[in-house]
Amino acid sequence: MEAEHVEILNFLRKYSPFNELPEEELQLTAQNTSVAYFKADTQILEFNQHIDALHVVRSGSIETYHKDGSLFNRLDEGGFFGEAGLLRKGRVRFPVKTIEDTLLYYIPGDLFNRFYDEYDAFADAVEVEEQRRVSHAVKTHESRNRTLSARVETLITREPIAINKSASIREAACLMTDEKVSSLLIYDDEKRDIPAGIITDKDLRKRVLAVEKDASDPVADIMSENLVFVQHNNRVFEAFLTMLRTNLHHLPVLRQSKVIGVIALSDVARHESQSSLYIVSSIFKQTSIEELSQLVPDVHKSFVRMVEEDANSRIIGSAMATIGRSFKQRLLELAEEKYGPPPVPYCFLALGSMARDEQTVVTDQDNAMVLDDSFEPKLHDKYFLNIAQFVSDGLNACGYTYCTGDIMATNPNWRQPLSKWKEYFTDWIENPSPEKLLHSSIFFDLDGVSGEMRFAKELNQLIRKKAPKHKRFLGSMARNALNRTPPLGFFKDFVMEKDGKHRDSINTKRRGTGPVADLIRVHALAIGAQRQNSFARLEEIIDANILPKGRGPDLRDALELISMVRIRHQALALEAGDTPDNNVAPEDLSDFERKNLKDAFQILSNAQKYLRYKYSGG
Amino acid sequence: MLYLPPDAENKQRRSTVNWPRRFQELAEKAKHPALKRYYEAAIAAAETPIKDVPMVAVDFETTGLDPDKHGIISIAVIPMTLGRIDMSQARQWVVKPRRLLTEESVTIHGITHSEIERAPDLAQVIDPLLEAVAGKVWVVHYNGIERPFLQGGFKERLNETIHFPVIDTMEIEARFHRQKRSLWDKITGKKPVSIRLADSRQRYNLPFYAPHDAMTDALACGELLQAQIAHHFSPETAIGDIWLP
Repeated sequence: MEAEHVEILNFLRKYSPFNELPEEELQLTAQNTSVAYFKADTQILEFNQHIDALHVVRSGSIETYHKDGSLFNRLDEGGFFGEAGLLRKGRVRFPVKTIEDTLLYYIPGDLFNRFYDEYDAFADAVEVEEQRRVSHAVKTHESRNRTLSARVETLITREPIAINKSASIREAACLMTDEKVSSLLIYDDEKRDIPAGIITDKDLRKRVLAVEKDASDPVADIMSENLVFVQHNNRVFEAFLTMLRTNLHHLPVLRQSKVIGVIALSDVARHESQSSLYIVSSIFKQTSIEELSQLVPDVHKSFVRMVEEDANSRIIGSAMATIGRSFKQRLLELAEEKYGPPPVPYCFLALGSMARDEQTVVTDQDNAMVLDDSFEPKLHDKYFLNIAQFVSDGLNACGYTYCTGDIMATNPNWRQPLSKWKEYFTDWIENPSPEKLLHSSIFFDLDGVSGEMRFAKELNQLIRKKAPKHKRFLGSMARNALNRTPPLGFFKDFVMEKDGKHRDSINTKRRGTGPVADLIRVHALAIGAQRQNSFARLEEIIDANILPKGRGPDLRDALELISMVRIRHQALALEAGDTPDNNVAPEDLSDFERKNLKDAFQILSNAQKYLRYKYSGG
Repeated sequence: MLYLPPDAENKQRRSTVNWPRRFQELAEKAKHPALKRYYEAAIAAAETPIKDVPMVAVDFETTGLDPDKHGIISIAVIPMTLGRIDMSQARQWVVKPRRLLTEESVTIHGITHSEIERAPDLAQVIDPLLEAVAGKVWVVHYNGIERPFLQGGFKERLNETIHFPVIDTMEIEARFHRQKRSLWDKITGKKPVSIRLADSRQRYNLPFYAPHDAMTDALACGELLQAQIAHHFSPETAIGDIWLP
């Protein structure tokens, strides 16, 4: 009589991918299973160990690790691992350790491989499980970054300390000393909710002692007004960026238009990468292009360190954009020192990845200038060309290469008064064609860097107001967003293209992060989204409910994955002393990255199909 | 409930039987050729580290608990080592007991009368059974069933009995969980820790398996031994410290 293995059979029947198998194959599997028990904290698989069976967790739980020892995934009952090794070289890519007492079932590798080949449903289920893991891997990764992604409110340890604006400077100083705080909120009698101003230790030094001001004068005399607030649910790194941009070291925190505390740079610094802080502050200390260019190795080091510290792509992208922005701001200061103050107000714009806070170390400069409408070319253009040239050359020296598409303020087309820029945008939106928009989509990610920031704001408002109403514009943008497609997949050491050709490397920007940002931009324009960062836009898009259920989060995970593959690849190149680029060869990918990239590209491809469907007819 | 008699609980001494020599002696005396072959296959010496000992997890389903009154109705054997329990080598037999099959045991084992009516006598599975367990140390949960029932069955059919070393996972469990019951626990009526198979397995985070299928129980018992060694011994522990004295 053929022995029945009831318990093993019942277990396998319950879980994917085995539940895709016909009954007789399940029986065969159960009959060929073997079993082993491991105590908690036991190493089950070592890196590169030979593997000949699929490992299924029957009870307990395990963790898989990256080569460097960082956590990759956790699995419990019904979870399986080792499939990558079986499908490929028979070697373990991720070491495995038990975190609880664990019972494992082993399914022979030859059976698994035969099922994978013979049953599409089984193979699909293995892949689906992996896709679920992409998202899990991203989530795990995020949770490990909780210091970097923590919310501002977690830094608040006490109620805000405040004083009435009629109090004397001496009273304020005494209160600060008693309460051991470095800042003090100042309230008006009439308006109780929002403080009228703030003073800090520095104000007492600079605005009182240094100028021999009378300490019995009202504190209102020395307070800073027009407060910059952060929201309680902002991320710590966002608050940090705000501090860097505004050069303010104390920010009151709002919850429902009530100040719940004040965070200081020192609070934030403890939670942020020290290195990017240091670089931004040293950028503003350099006095020439040559000196600035000597910071480039430090920028690279800080980039590599963030990758090593397992920061996510949003944090790295923001930090790198802040560094890039700081270079621009400092170069503009140096240019104005050299050429004198501007004859008419102007705003220097960041475009593309810098405006989206999505920079890496491989990036060219995309910039433009918006001039005041009182601009007179004959009188003023020479000055602005000089400034543009100075900044552009300086950026090039600092590793931000000239834009090959000539989207730079040195190009007279992109050095125009505000009214002209409004005409540009109005024309692009109201009389669109894919050809016309081919090179101008980059202008739809714009942000002021320096000068009259309201110019940038006005342009963004115009875009947000007009874009959602113009279907043909959205249709043309959508068509252009489909120009760059993700590669089909990986086979051994090459990338398979849709036309059946293959390549030995893939451009992770052109074929990955670029198209994702493009398609997110189209949706964002359609709903008049306020923010520019792709992840932030995606949040608004998900809230607006214009994507099929689940697609938004999938797309976010896919973007994070592709971005991190790109970023890690660049960090590895920097560490090896090579020039970083966007081209990743499949053989340089770990099995995990390869498999998950494949999934991420599939998600991108599906999202493109949906984009075509949603905005066609435009 | 199957609890060990109290005096057996705390006994823990090294086996005094020299099994390899005993097997040699038994091989010479054995008359049945299959039994002779069984003894001629080597058996681990007491000092062998458990990681190197071939073992076999065994479970019998019987018509009752008394080897003199009841009979075997199914036998499952699963070859194993400390590292792996190998289901592909597992064997199971249903046999027709010479004793009465009560209604009660039928409902427990899920084996029907007609299945048993069609089944062979134990005599007919002696050869393949002995082949499957040759050279291996038996692993059972509660020593009161398998060895006595097999010895009784052999005696009845071959007029000679069978001897072999046995690891009893229930006895191991008693060693580690029964000593702790203090006088205070007894006075206050605190119940002793259960060392039944399912309860013992729970202590090691092993999954729940539905009981009373010979193959499942054998597997459950084999897994429990792996867990016990992982927690209380080491792979280097001599088998003589583990099998029944």
